[in-house]
Parts: sequence; structure tokens; C-alpha cells
Amino acid sequence: MLASPVIVAAALLYLGLLFAVAWWGDKRADAGRSIIASPTIYALSMAVYCTTWTFYGSVGRAAVSGIGFLPIYLGPTLVMALGWFLLLKMIRTAKANRITSIADFISSRYGKSHLLGGLVTIIAVIGVVPYIALQLKAVSGSVSILLNYPEIVMPHRSETEPVFADMSFWIALILAAFTILFGTRHLDATERHEGMVAAIALESGVKLLAFLAVGLFVTYGMYDGFADIADRVAQNADLRRLSAAVPSGQGFTSWFSLTVLAGLAVLFLPRQFQIAVVENVNEAHLKRAAWLFPLYLLLINVFVLPIALGGLLHFAGRDVDADTFVLTLPMALRQEGLTLLVFIGGLSAATGMVIVETIALSTMVCNDLVMPLLLRMKRLALDESKDLSRVLLGIRRGAILFILLLGYLYFRLAGEAYALVAIGLISFAAVAQFAPAMIGGMYWRGGTREGALAGLSAGFLVWAYTLLLPSFAKSGWLPADFLTQGLFGTELLLPQQLFGLSGHDEISHCLFWSMFANIGCYVAVSLLRAPTAAEASQATLFVDALKHARPAGAALWRGRAEMADLIALVGRFLGPLRARAAFAAYAHERGAAGIDELEADAELVQFAESLLAGAIGSASARVMVASVAKEEPLSLAEVMNILDEASQLRTYSRELERKSAELTAATRELKEANERLQELDRLKDDFMSSVTHELRTPLTSIRAFSEILFDDPKIGLADRQRFLGLIVSETERLTRLVNQTLDMAKIESGHADWHASEIDLKELIAQSVAATSQLFTEKGARIKLDLPDGLPLIRADHDRLIQVMLNLLSNAVKFLPPDVGRVRVGLRECAGGLEVSVADNGPGIAPDDQAVIFEKFRQVGDSMTDKPAGTGLGLPISRRIVEHFGGRLWVESAPGAGATFRFVLPLAPAGALDMAEATEAMARAPAPLPASRI
Amino acid sequence: MTTTTTKKVLIADDEQNIVISLEFLLGREGFQVLVAQDGEEALAKARAEKPDLVLLDVMMPKMNGFDVCQALRADPELSAVRILMLTAKGRETEVSKGLGLGADAYMTKPFSTKELVVQVRALLGL
Repeated sequence: MLASPVIVAAALLYLGLLFAVAWWGDKRADAGRSIIASPTIYALSMAVYCTTWTFYGSVGRAAVSGIGFLPIYLGPTLVMALGWFLLLKMIRTAKANRITSIADFISSRYGKSHLLGGLVTIIAVIGVVPYIALQLKAVSGSVSILLNYPEIVMPHRSETEPVFADMSFWIALILAAFTILFGTRHLDATERHEGMVAAIALESGVKLLAFLAVGLFVTYGMYDGFADIADRVAQNADLRRLSAAVPSGQGFTSWFSLTVLAGLAVLFLPRQFQIAVVENVNEAHLKRAAWLFPLYLLLINVFVLPIALGGLLHFAGRDVDADTFVLTLPMALRQEGLTLLVFIGGLSAATGMVIVETIALSTMVCNDLVMPLLLRMKRLALDESKDLSRVLLGIRRGAILFILLLGYLYFRLAGEAYALVAIGLISFAAVAQFAPAMIGGMYWRGGTREGALAGLSAGFLVWAYTLLLPSFAKSGWLPADFLTQGLFGTELLLPQQLFGLSGHDEISHCLFWSMFANIGCYVAVSLLRAPTAAEASQATLFVDALKHARPAGAALWRGRAEMADLIALVGRFLGPLRARAAFAAYAHERGAAGIDELEADAELVQFAESLLAGAIGSASARVMVASVAKEEPLSLAEVMNILDEASQLRTYSRELERKSAELTAATRELKEANERLQELDRLKDDFMSSVTHELRTPLTSIRAFSEILFDDPKIGLADRQRFLGLIVSETERLTRLVNQTLDMAKIESGHADWHASEIDLKELIAQSVAATSQLFTEKGARIKLDLPDGLPLIRADHDRLIQVMLNLLSNAVKFLPPDVGRVRVGLRECAGGLEVSVADNGPGIAPDDQAVIFEKFRQVGDSMTDKPAGTGLGLPISRRIVEHFGGRLWVESAPGAGATFRFVLPLAPAGALDMAEATEAMARAPAPLPASRI
Repeated sequence: MTTTTTKKVLIADDEQNIVISLEFLLGREGFQVLVAQDGEEALAKARAEKPDLVLLDVMMPKMNGFDVCQALRADPELSAVRILMLTAKGRETEVSKGLGLGADAYMTKPFSTKELVVQVRALLGL
């Protein structure tokens, strides 16, 4: 029998167990043998994300919208799987800067601003209060249902019930007391609570176990597995719509915004920040959490739909709130043990959330709201007070009580109007407002204090207007006109259809407008001015958090302090014993024998500040340290210099590497260019040498004969005639040589003029043959033409082709045997275009010489014949010409069997011609020297 | 006229017109002139005829003047033959190479016919 004493005893026993675990955890931590130094514990403690909202509320939401509860878990899963680096950066930054809360994080990032820390705290408190109210609602609801066991009666709280008769009020007080015991037994420099984390991890285990137990019971105890439930649902028209898996239309917007909200919440909810960042023991734990936490979320969601459907089937037509199915289903089937387990599971979910959330919030309220105010108002009194650690603890305890009472107040005011899920989403939307300042702060150096203030304020105001105030209005605490007619009756200001944006659920609507205002103001106001020195130095610590091996904070402080002042200051907030111990540990770490040997340098001042930051927040710590240390203000330029030093070193070395690589590349290019130049130089020398030789040879004859004739006027007439004839022919040879050399140079340098036109090759060949007929006649040779009609025209330079033909023909004649010489000129169409051949029955060319004849100034003569009277440029020039028009020229020959010169010209469209020119131009153009970089 | 002292000169050059001019010049000086049109022929004629002087062109088919010069100097029977190298390539390196290989003198084309005759006579000790 589940009598009320049993329930109360079970609850108190469970809380006692939690406390024992926490106490044990703290003892072990003090002894240096942490029990939470495990990635599994870390992942389990992250599951504080799953509150009663998950435990009871998911089923409630599933009963209304099918799988609509999923985005709340999809968001965190995506963030953990894909956005873990964001969390890693937060952890690294928080550790390096001794950051104790999300308010501290944001305040610290934007130049340790008190105002900003206070604003974040206020937003967090106001934003999270509904969430705490939700836990109270769930716990008191579950207790009151349980008290009616075995009857299933929905809790109905009367509005007029006095506060002291309201069970929720007492639950709030008990939770407050419990949290105070858990979280504020002493102050710690790092504000870490190992015992609490251990207890939270245990609670996560318990709530998962309880939920799985109910799930298995409903699915396999009450029904016959998933398939059975699905069958029954299929027969029920009302329930069938729930199994529609795919959302549509507005559903997508809603899914998207819920996923985004939940993803942001898992990062920025104060309790998530506390557990995942502040309480993180080892950042390597993140690796396992990245999959274990999503796995946890998956497990706790597996049975949501079966329980919801099972409950709807079982309680069809009865007044049973779907939010209670997890509890009421086992009750309905008289499963006392399971019912108690579920109650304990729900209690776990609620206490876990309340403990961590209020500890996180109380730290923020103390460090970022109350302390700065106290420091400001009664600065002197605080400075004089010997030991402030008790004051700090008092503030925190008060804050815990205050926050829980605030939660109770919200529960009284608005709790009835909303289902569990809706209340939670209001909180999610509130903490989402931290995202721009947080993420922007971690990745954008340009964000300023004013920007963050403006963004947060704007986003928060829009959130309050579109979500918080309507929640009051719906509860009757504000006039309903506000909802239906807008502020001042202005339709554009309808809180849930702002500026006419309608057709979306209230959460998507709020997310859109609040983010629009938040991001817009953050960026716009930040851009108004450049960051100050303080902002810039903090920006570097945050943005480059993953780059710095050690915090660079000490480098950014310059001044003097007295050792005794520092110890006394820290002692006032942490207690003298803890302060001395901390400094002694620091001295030990530095290799100093004791505190007395320490020098009060910038690093020590930094250490003292970080100790204080753990206790009173970074902004207050800075103020307090400034009161005992003579800080010499650094100008923005100096800060930037110091900050830049480290990054400059990296930049320099990167720059050096880059320069060295450039140098190597330049050297290589130079070397290549030089080699190319040398090669060109050698070719030029060879060419010049060849030209010189070729010029000197005829000059030698001309000079010799001229001198002979000049010296001896009485020389015989026959000799005179012969010598003069030789002089003339050598002169002609010289002229030809000069012309061809220039021609060759022109073609090679790309300066030759080309006049392309449509050419009938048959006609061109006939013309060339006619021009050389005299040579043939002189040699007694015969020429045979094989020129078919009707071949296509080609496009080339007419005169240049004549030059090729004349060269080939005169070449042939030159080598013909006297009188029996035969030359056959052919023209035919072939695969590549038109082929022209000039075949002779001369001595032929040895295979080795067949390539040589196309080189400049290389003539191959037969020893039996006279040296040919050519210049040695005819064939090279001819080949260049043919190649210019995309064709090729070659020789086929065997010694003694004559030689056949052939060339092919393509039937080229204009494009191919251009192409040929381009390729040739490219091949010819020397690669330009990389002059610009040398 | 003392025919016993008639000197034998071998002209080795593949340039027909230069050979003609040299033949005329040296013939007018009273030398017995032989002609070879490539390196191999020059070497063969030098061995067969044992000329007193060889006018040796460098750029010749089959065997260049340097190789011929080297071969002549390697032949003990031809140790007395004087070698005058003629070349259209007037570079320092060519000159010193020729002299290094044992040529007695070196002239670049185009040459002065008077200087050539003076040089030839000097080499022959006339």
C-alpha cells in the first residue's frame, strides 16, 4: 500500500542517498581521488538536461503531437555530434580564465563588464524561473496524484489556497535547503562541485532506469510490444493522426525552431554550462560525451510514443492528463513498486535540474549582480571587512532561496495555463538570447560591450514581449486584450503576430523576432566603434582559446602589488586558510620554497585575480585586485602589441616559411630561366657561328678572285671571264644567304607576315614547275606531273608555298644525275588533307642524314658530286612554313633509290589555322622571367 | 728555274671556288698543286704524295681539318710536312686548337691573297 508516509519516507531517503553520494564525492575530491574523473560520469551528468519536462512532459507532448517531442532531443544530439568544438572552446576558455558561469563568460569576454554580467544574470534568472516552476509543478503534481493512490485523480490546485497550505511551496523550500547543502558548503576558487556532479550522474541513471522500466512495462506488460500498440492505434481514428511521422507546412518551421532552440539550450542553459563547462574535469571527456549523451537521449525517448499511445488507449474518455501517463499507467495497473520507482525517477529529474540550475544561478546572482552592487555601494566597508567568505556564502544561499521562491511564484501565477513542454520552451527561448554574444564572442573579435548589451537587451525584450507576457496574459494576470488587440490596441504590436508575422507557432515567432533583434543589434552596435584595449585583449583570449597553450592574461597586466595585500585580499573572500593553501600550491608549482619567496609580479597578480574570479566573478575580481595593486594602465596600442607578440611570432614563422618557400621557388625558376637562357645563348652562338661561316665562305672566294684580278692586270681573258663569273655567282649566293637568314629569323621570331588565302594546290604546283623548268632543261632531266583535278582548296600563304615548292624542286634538280634525271611531282588527297610529293632518282639520303638535312646550315652532299650550292636554309625554312599551316614535311629515301620529299597540308577550317598559329607562337615565346618577385 | 726545288702543296677544301682561287695563286707562284675535296682524301693524298705543305680547311666533309692535322702529325713519315690551317671560323679557341694539334700557322677566311702567299713561302723557307 502506497501510503503517504511511505512516499515521503522514500523521497527523503532518496534525497539522503544523494546527499551521501555528494558528501562522499567531495571528500574524495579533497583527498585528490576524484570519483567523477570519468567520461561516462561526465556524459551522465550532462543528462541533467532531461528534467521532469522530459520525464513526464515528453509523453504529454507526444500525446498531442505524435513525434513532435523529438526536436528537443534532436537539437542537443546535433550540437553534441557536430558542434562539440564549440563546447571544447568554451571549456578551454573557461578554464584558462577561471570562469564560473555563463554570465561571467559573457562579462569577461567583453572587457570584464559588470553591467553585462548583471544583464546576463537577470535574463538567466527571469528566463529560467518558468523552468524551475515547471519542476515544482511536476513534483507537486506527482505527489498529489500519488497521495490519492489507488484512485487516479488529477491535481486541482485552488487559486485561493493559502501559500502555506500549498504543497508546492514546501517542496520549493525543501529543494532550496537541499541545494544549499549541496552547493554552498564552502567557496571554491574554481567553483566546482565534484560531489554534486556525482549525485547528478547517479540521478541521471535513476531517471533513465525508471523511464525504461515504465516503457518496458507498458509496451510488453500492458500490450504485446510495439507492433501491438501500433495495431490498436491503427484501429482508432483519433490516434491515427499521431502516428503521422512527417510534419508538414507550419510543422516544419516549428520543428526547425525547436531543434535550434534545444541545440542552443544544451549549450547555454545555466545548468548545462555549469555541468558541461565549469564542472568539466578533463576536456578529453568531451569525446565520449559526444556520443554517450546523445545515446542517453535516444534511450530515454524510445518508449515515449508507446507510453503516450498506451495511455491514450487505456484512459480513453477519462480525465487523465497525458503529462501524468508515466505515473498513472503503473498506478492504474496497481504496480506499486513501479509506481514508486517512477516517482523517484521524476524526483531525480526535478531535483537534479533544480540543484544545478539554482547553484549556477546563485553563483551568477552573487558574482555578477550582488557583489558588484555591494562593491559599488559600500566599497570601504567591504574592503575593511576581514573575512568576506561568509558574506559570499550568505549571498549565495539567499539567492538560492530567492530563485526557488521566484519559481514558486511563477508556478502560482502562470503554471496552470501551460503544459509542461510549453513552459520549458519559454525558458529555452530566453537562454537562446545568449547565443549571439557567446558564439560571436568566441569567433568574432569585433564584438563590443555595447554591442553585446544592445543585442541581449533587444533579444530579451522581444522574448519578454512575445512569450513571457503572453504567458501571464493567458493565465489571467494581465488583461487578455493585450493578446488579442496588441499593445495600445495596435495590431502591428500583437505580441504573437508581431509586425504582421502570423501563421507560426509562438515559439518560432519569438525565436525569429528575438534573434532578428538580438543579432541585428549585436552586430550593428558592435560595428559602431572599434574594440577598446580591454575588449581587444579579452577577445584574443577567447577567440584564440584553442591556439594558446597557456593563458596569456599575465602578459596583459603591468603594475606592482604587495604580496601581503594579495594574500589578505584573497583570504577575505576565500577564507585565510584556503588562500594561504592556494598560494602555497602556486609557490610549489613555481619551484619556490614557500609563499615568502614569491615575487608579486604580474603572473602572481593574475593568479590572485583568477582565485578571486572563481569566488566573486571576473569583473569583481578585477576591481578588487585593482584596489591593492598599482596597475599601470596599458594603452590599446600596448595591449595590441603584447597580444600580437604571440600571434606575430606564429605569423613571422609562417611568413618566414612562406618566404623561404618563395625563395626556393624563385631560385628554381631563376635556375631554369638561366638554363633556358644559356641554352638559347648556345643556340644563338651556334647560329651566329654558322651564319658567319656561311658568309665567310663566299666572301673568301670573292676576295681571292678580286685580289687576283686586281694584282695582275695582265691576266688572261679566259681566266678573267671565269673569275668574274665566279665572283658574280658567289655574290648571288651571298645575297641568297642573307635573304634566307633574315627570312628564317623572321619566321622563328614570329614576325613573318603571313597572307592566308584559298589556294588551288594544283595550280600552285604547275606554276612552280614552270618557274624551274629552265633548271631541269639545263640538267637534261625530265619532270612528270601527277596532279588530279577537283581537289579541295586549302588555306595558306600562296607565296610561301611557292617558296616551298621551288625549294623542293631545285633541291631535287641539284642531286639529279645528269641527263637521266627524273622528277615526279604528285598531289593527292589523304587522311590529313592534301599531300604533295616530289620524288627524284638521285643518290638518295642515308637514314642518318635524313633528320640532319632539316637542320639549319646542314647540307649533305655526296663526295662524288660537287658540294650543293645551297645555303643550308632551304629545307628548314620550308618545313617551318608547312608547319605554320598545321602540316608537316618529311623525306623518304634510301641510299641509291632516290629521295621523295612529301608534305601534307590540312584542309583546315579557319579555327584550326589560328590554333596552329597559337601553338607555334606559344612554343616559340620564351617563358617570361618572374621579374616581379626578384 | 730550278725544278728540283719545286715544292708540292696540297690544298684540302670542299669549297670549289676557294680551291680554284688557291690553285691559281699557288700555281702562279710555281708550286706543284694537289687538291683534295674532303678530309679523308686529303689524308690519303698527303700520305701518297708527301707534299711539303698542306693548306687545310677545317670544315670539310667526312673528316674535319683538325682530325686530318692530328693524323698527319701522328704519321712519322709526314713529320716534315708544314700545315697551314684555313678556317671560316675565326675564334680564338679554334686558332689555339689548331696550333695545339700541330698546325704551323693559321689563317682565317676571307684572307688576303698576298698574306697567304707570304705565309706559304715563309713556311716553306723560301
